Amino acid sequence: MWANPITLWRKGILGMNCRNVAYIARYNPRERYPLVDDKLQTKMVVRKAGVTAPELLLVIRLQHEIEDIEHILANFTQFVIKPARGSGGKGILVIVNRDGDRLVKSSGHQLTAADVKRHLSNIISGLYSLGGRTDVAFVEALVTTDATFEHISYEGVPDIRLIVFKGYPVMGMLRLATKASDGKANLHQGAVGVGLDIASGRSIAAVQFNRPIERHPDTDYPLSNIEVPHWRQLLSLAARCYEVTRLGYLGADLVLDVHRGPLLLELNARPGLTIQVANDRGLLPRLRHVEALDELQHFTVDERVDYSVEHFAHDVGAQQPSLWDTSNVPGGSPVSSN
Amino acid sequence: MTQRGPFLFLVVMLVVGGLTSAIFRHNQFGIPFLPGAQETVWQIEAKINFWGDGTPVQAILSLPSDQADYRIVNENTVSSGYGFSIEENNAQRRARWSKRDVQGEQTLYYKVELVADVNQTRSGEPPPAVEPVRLDEPYATAAQAIVNSVLPRSADALTLAQQLIREMAVVPRDQNVALLLDRFALPSLFSDLLALANVPARRVQALILEEGRRRQSLVELVQVWQDDQWHLFNPLTGLITDTSNLLLWQTDTPSVLDVIGGTRSRVSFAIISQTRPALTLATASAQGMDAPSLSLYSLPVEEQNMFKLIMLLPVGALVVVVLRTLVGLKTSGTFMPVLIALAFLQTQLIPGVISFLMVVAIGLFIRSYLSTLNLLLVARIATLVIVVVAIMSIVSVLSYRLGLEAGLSITFFPMIILAWTIERMSILWEEDGPKEVLIQGSGSLFVAVAAFLLMDQPLTRHLAFNFPELHLVVLAVILMLGRYTGYRLLELRRFSTMMDD
Repeated sequence: MWANPITLWRKGILGMNCRNVAYIARYNPRERYPLVDDKLQTKMVVRKAGVTAPELLLVIRLQHEIEDIEHILANFTQFVIKPARGSGGKGILVIVNRDGDRLVKSSGHQLTAADVKRHLSNIISGLYSLGGRTDVAFVEALVTTDATFEHISYEGVPDIRLIVFKGYPVMGMLRLATKASDGKANLHQGAVGVGLDIASGRSIAAVQFNRPIERHPDTDYPLSNIEVPHWRQLLSLAARCYEVTRLGYLGADLVLDVHRGPLLLELNARPGLTIQVANDRGLLPRLRHVEALDELQHFTVDERVDYSVEHFAHDVGAQQPSLWDTSNVPGGSPVSSN
Repeated sequence: MTQRGPFLFLVVMLVVGGLTSAIFRHNQFGIPFLPGAQETVWQIEAKINFWGDGTPVQAILSLPSDQADYRIVNENTVSSGYGFSIEENNAQRRARWSKRDVQGEQTLYYKVELVADVNQTRSGEPPPAVEPVRLDEPYATAAQAIVNSVLPRSADALTLAQQLIREMAVVPRDQNVALLLDRFALPSLFSDLLALANVPARRVQALILEEGRRRQSLVELVQVWQDDQWHLFNPLTGLITDTSNLLLWQTDTPSVLDVIGGTRSRVSFAIISQTRPALTLATASAQGMDAPSLSLYSLPVEEQNMFKLIMLLPVGALVVVVLRTLVGLKTSGTFMPVLIALAFLQTQLIPGVISFLMVVAIGLFIRSYLSTLNLLLVARIATLVIVVVAIMSIVSVLSYRLGLEAGLSITFFPMIILAWTIERMSILWEEDGPKEVLIQGSGSLFVAVAAFLLMDQPLTRHLAFNFPELHLVVLAVILMLGRYTGYRLLELRRFSTMMDD
């Protein structure tokens, strides 16, 4: 029921306090947070760096712009409405089809134009943003899920979370929506996390509500033999985000589009820790490994990805760090926990 | 990240500074570390009577000062129409009453409150000079004869004093002693004989402290100087080893009371003792001090009461930090639980929790209707504030009608905080479901109750208000926790599945 903190430390599990003090506070400059907290801004910035993202269709900044929005939206059949500052998938409205005047949600529910307008108004008045600040709504093209994920996701689009530390992808996870998570790829709400081998993109283990599982709870499809296609491109895309944001400890959320390949959905300056459970490995050994590297050793994105693929493959990552090797973790001590 | 050295230095400085200051103030002002520590207070009232015959009058009374066993915590006088001042010279304090036209019997009071204080040690007094004694014949020869006969039998000042007392007490009396006692009072003879032997000695007036005595007078005793301190002798019985019930009233001039311009003057003493919280005494003596001390006691009583609450906030903040970084509890609003705990302090726990849950539950119910109205955020919160006010007034009125006094305490809850809590809970309910509301709600309530239980301890309240410097220690602990990188207690559960292999 309870883990022994010394064993956890020996396995290199990163805790919340250690993540906040030793990694986020240390490697993520405060002034760069707005860049990732605002998805619209993220989109604009990464586009310049050649990072592909879902096509931006529309930005709605003011309440009065909503009035005759249906005429503009009439141009699109499939689209996603998102709040720029929403967190945890809140306020995201996915429209997959049209039925006359009505719009069909991914769940099959139908919405009137008035419903959509009210949703847009809520976004702009800050219903979904942190602290209730006024927000911006944007509309982007719907991602068409890659066929690989056809049987393993319930309604929503599966996304791939990669932890990028100082530009090196160190750990990956596939997030699958479930009925419990209401079609959202949010682990807190019950989405399934599938750990992915950095070297190959193959699944390692799966977890829902912090408990290991074997099969998708809704589709009953086995989760042990998934291999994410375009893996190398996904790694490069995520690694490139480091150059753009200069955030040392970064979570990149990517999707695979059938037509356009890997796309960046959003970035996260405070990525969660469950990825360790899904991978059955702790983050600390890999983070320390990168910290010990010479800053000038790898210049290009490709060099860093090569290095990660070589050193953070699942089996190699299994090596245990010494209990006494705490030199790279400031303020950390194995017995000070609890 | 800053270096570890300066950080640790800061933390250590805060701890050392806080503790040193607390210990210093404990020693200096006698502020007790524990609440409710009791001390015995001796209240002594000196009553002066005299007759005036229409002339200007001055009454001068010797006053006691801080001494080996006793510390003065309070003194005052009752004397209508008299000018009053306290003079101090050569360590002897005197009170001086004055009035121009005095007719008939007069009564003046001087009251002093003392506490036993064993820590009070006074040393470093220079050895007093021996004043030469001049006696007329035949007394001079007789006195010299006594000294000469006793001196060989003594080793030092104390043994000499002992032998002199024994010599004077021998029955039948020695001729010389009889001659001298015929002429002089025993105490003055005793000190004169010591002076002849070149031993520093002085006559003092002492009061024997006995509970509930009235019309007491001072006893004349003699102090003999040896080994850098005074030793007290009773000229009749010898060395007084236990001085704990003796208050030295006067150590200088022979007369305790001088009344100039009055007749038939006399002074008598009444003594009572009582036990009082040590803190009251410390406060009383701190108020009497002229030094602009950085003390909360110097504030008006009303503000002091407010600070008694304010000073508990850091304690609550510490509880929040501990429960969030060490345990990993989720709360709704970081410090909302502390404010709720402060409200609990005034409502008491059970009525507080019940009214809190009631307001939040009713609020959530009304809020669920508000969410269908599509209001903007600020308007929605404002509406909730009004809703909370309405709930509070209705609950108060209803519980008063039903005779439930506890229901009235609901007004102690901070209304804006309650409104925000309801708003947050409601959004949480809509977005993450009732389960998350339950987790965060019970987390907040748990933290609030934990903070309340700690803040409600008499010891916590006492230390937080009377030793504000201890907050530096709290600060140091919070700083340390701010750099804690170990696991949270609940993480041990979260990662428990990673243990099996």
